[in-house]
Amino acid sequence: MEILVCARRVPDTSENEIELNSAGNDIERDELVYSINEPDNYAVEEALQIVARIGGNVTVVTVGGEDDEEILRREMAMGANHGVLITDEAFSGSDARGIATILKAFVRKGNYDLILTGVQAEDGGAQVGGMLAAMLDYPFASLVNSIEVLEGRKLKVSREIEGGNKEMNEIDLPCVLSIQTGINEPRYVGMRGIRAVASVPIPTFGASELGVDPGAVGQAAAKVKRVDYFVPALGKGAEMLKGSREENVDKVLELVAAKGGLK
Amino acid sequence: MVEGIQSVSQVTSWLVAGRTLFLVIHILGVACFAYIVAKRLVPLLRAERDLRFDRPLARLEKVFKFWLGQWKHPRYKTAGTLHILIFAGFILLAMRAFTVLIVGVSQNFVMPGFSGRAGHIYDIVTDYAATVVFLCMVVAVIRRLVFKPVRYEVPARFGKAHTADAVFLLGLIAILMVADSLFEAAKAASQSQLGQPVETLAVLSLPWILQIALLPVALATIGKVYAGAYLLHEVTFYFLLCYRPFGIQFHVETSLFNVYFAKLDREILKPVRWGVSDEHLDQVKSFGVKTFEDFTWKHMLDFYSCADCGRCSDNCPSNAVGRPLSPRFLTIKARDYAFQHYPMFGHSDDGSSNGNSKPLIGHLYSEDEIWSCTTCGACEEECPLLVEYIDKIVDLRRGLIDDGNVPQSLQKPLKALESRGNPYGKMEKKKADWANAKEFQQVCQVKTLGKSNGADTLYFVDSITSYDDRIQSIGRATAKILDHVGENFGILGAAERDSGHEVRRFGEELLFTALRDHNVDAIKASGVKRIVTADPHAFNALKHDYKDVPEVEHISQVIAREVKSGKIKFNAVENGDKVYTYHDPCYLGRHNQVYDDPRDVLDAIPGLKRVEMSRSRDRSFCCGGGGLMLFYEPKEEQRMGVKRVQMAAEAGANVIVTACPFCMVNLEDAIKVAGLEGKMTAIDLAELVDQEMVREEQKAV
Repeated sequence: MEILVCARRVPDTSENEIELNSAGNDIERDELVYSINEPDNYAVEEALQIVARIGGNVTVVTVGGEDDEEILRREMAMGANHGVLITDEAFSGSDARGIATILKAFVRKGNYDLILTGVQAEDGGAQVGGMLAAMLDYPFASLVNSIEVLEGRKLKVSREIEGGNKEMNEIDLPCVLSIQTGINEPRYVGMRGIRAVASVPIPTFGASELGVDPGAVGQAAAKVKRVDYFVPALGKGAEMLKGSREENVDKVLELVAAKGGLK
Repeated sequence: MVEGIQSVSQVTSWLVAGRTLFLVIHILGVACFAYIVAKRLVPLLRAERDLRFDRPLARLEKVFKFWLGQWKHPRYKTAGTLHILIFAGFILLAMRAFTVLIVGVSQNFVMPGFSGRAGHIYDIVTDYAATVVFLCMVVAVIRRLVFKPVRYEVPARFGKAHTADAVFLLGLIAILMVADSLFEAAKAASQSQLGQPVETLAVLSLPWILQIALLPVALATIGKVYAGAYLLHEVTFYFLLCYRPFGIQFHVETSLFNVYFAKLDREILKPVRWGVSDEHLDQVKSFGVKTFEDFTWKHMLDFYSCADCGRCSDNCPSNAVGRPLSPRFLTIKARDYAFQHYPMFGHSDDGSSNGNSKPLIGHLYSEDEIWSCTTCGACEEECPLLVEYIDKIVDLRRGLIDDGNVPQSLQKPLKALESRGNPYGKMEKKKADWANAKEFQQVCQVKTLGKSNGADTLYFVDSITSYDDRIQSIGRATAKILDHVGENFGILGAAERDSGHEVRRFGEELLFTALRDHNVDAIKASGVKRIVTADPHAFNALKHDYKDVPEVEHISQVIAREVKSGKIKFNAVENGDKVYTYHDPCYLGRHNQVYDDPRDVLDAIPGLKRVEMSRSRDRSFCCGGGGLMLFYEPKEEQRMGVKRVQMAAEAGANVIVTACPFCMVNLEDAIKVAGLEGKMTAIDLAELVDQEMVREEQKAV
């Protein structure tokens, strides 16, 4: 099976202290460290596991700049067969629809049976996967937390429903799935793996290679524009339970149950 | 030979002359043993290389101390005493055994130099040796069957109890001793009956008693007993010789080699591959141990040499808290694997011929088992045969890392170490925040070393002390002490990366070398002449894992020296109810033998009451492990730290002093978990010293 995983490089929330820049329209990016968007990493792991079971290839693609090669190499170190960087001046500032348009053009150039995205980007809005599917006229399933390959170009996928129930769906290939974290346990990528792929050439595609109209993407064409970015004021602090240990335990159980965490 | 009974070589039975019979037994026995040993060597020849042929004098010293001197044995009084007696008996009896064997084919054989008085004395000595060994066997069997020391138990997940095999082997040795004594006694009894000069037997020895028992027996019967005892001795001897390589007694043959080839520099971790330098590591196809044949030949020899005594697991903190790891079974399982996959007959089915040798993880070991080890070194400290464990664990982890098999709980800190140089993912520029807090700066200025800011001494802080709110207090105390003794010191600040100590011990070798190289460059650039740290893990890394860095000391060593020099003086402790105990951090104590300095410092504080826990110094019990181990979520019944604070309570202490930031984290957590809050506290040695030392202004008063 030929699988394409659309990935994205984001500031790693666990390794950064995110602060606003002085203009107040973005975060301070000077000292940030980046990594692959976590759900995308699960998508790559899932693709690798499918290929390990039934054969095929995994390609990881990202729309961005030179710096974004880093995550492609990391995923190749994990085992992805190919990494592709889509980069063009004209693409910068694209909204989700713009990104989906660019990815659609790339998908059309290849022959992919299955396209995976992470459930959402840590700095995004879970839009690209669905839009991409619609543009390709492929079926789409979101929040997928298990994939089983069936006979006759079909998949059985599941998603968790609020409250912990599971819904199973059959879906025809080719299709687009957005992958939920927790679907698997992504393998570790060590320094050794990264060094091994450090000098593998990574093909790049621009607007002309993909046949994307530069006017249809990028900042100018974006129909969703960020107007503000701020850190919300802190709400009141945590509620401290003041009782005996037993009372507190009962109270905590009650609270967790009330929020749907227990049945 | 005596007239009354024939020499064993001349006995004829079933038309076979004794000489022929015994010659055949000899040849068969030796041939079988040679064949078995050759077969046992097959996996060692397929194993990874291991450079152990250097420094023969240092190795011989080990042989004298640990093999001939049985150095580790007295650590277990009963079993140790028994073993020393048996070992001494075997050493004394070795020559007699050979003489007796040769007598079977050459009747008048006497070992050169043992014909006269010397031989007579030797006979007396061996009479007692055989007796002592026999009695030890009886005691050992009783111990196994009646007293059943807990450490011999086999948990259900590791298979059946080994008692039957142990008793069988003990029984065989007992038979060997009885047969030898009976042979001797029969000869003496016949001499006595014939009124010939009787070889004096050692009074109250086994041969002496048997001789008395044989005196009333008819001479012809004695002759039969004599020949029978000899045959029994022969057969038992060779049976034992050939049976030992199938179980725990193989150490009788392998121990000498195992000790000779034992690791000389215990504190230095095994390289990924022997003979491959760091620069060429990229060319190594696979890292670590993934299949049995990835072990080095010496590590396989360890598996053969294990005597199943259970001392390692008896001291292993992981085993004590119910983690899936038991060092004893790490070895036993590997030995069973070797025996099964390299059988005596037929082809070894290790799968190497078809290129898919079975992975150890998943078949022999579980991932959790391998991640459970805190590398505290208690097992290695105890092993009388110097079996190595940490290197094997690290090698197995290298294999896991190489295959991407890393628990999710460890992936984040490892990734953060790669991108940020610390497991917490904190910003580099905040590394010196602990020293820049305003109130602290008023008391003590800590400079960050740079081009215009040099110093003699580097205080290497490391990640946890830099970033952890609680542990920063240890950093400040350390800085204040260094300041107090007039040390011209500074820190690297943002230029300091994690020492990588646990990164390396968790098997991520290349990440470790990246961290190390960065730190070495930063240290060299700082121009310091020496390094001080308050973190035993950083201490161990800088001392043994790093090369070409200035000499490093732990703060407890600095304090002890300055207490002696008089620069540090203490106020008397005020609270008389407090009873202190010192907990040895593994990487300060066992791995670097710093046991006395911290204790000397505590004892220099006037009025401080100190007690020792039953497990202290080189038998210290790990608090739960440091570095990445703080992130790992082990499967366990209890926390190590909880066990440790309970030990402190049993010793009658209510303050645990330690000298390691990770111990502090684990012990303080454990005090809460154990419900000892308010009854027990933990304090770092540096914090205590900072609190109790006499400062200038106080002196003036």
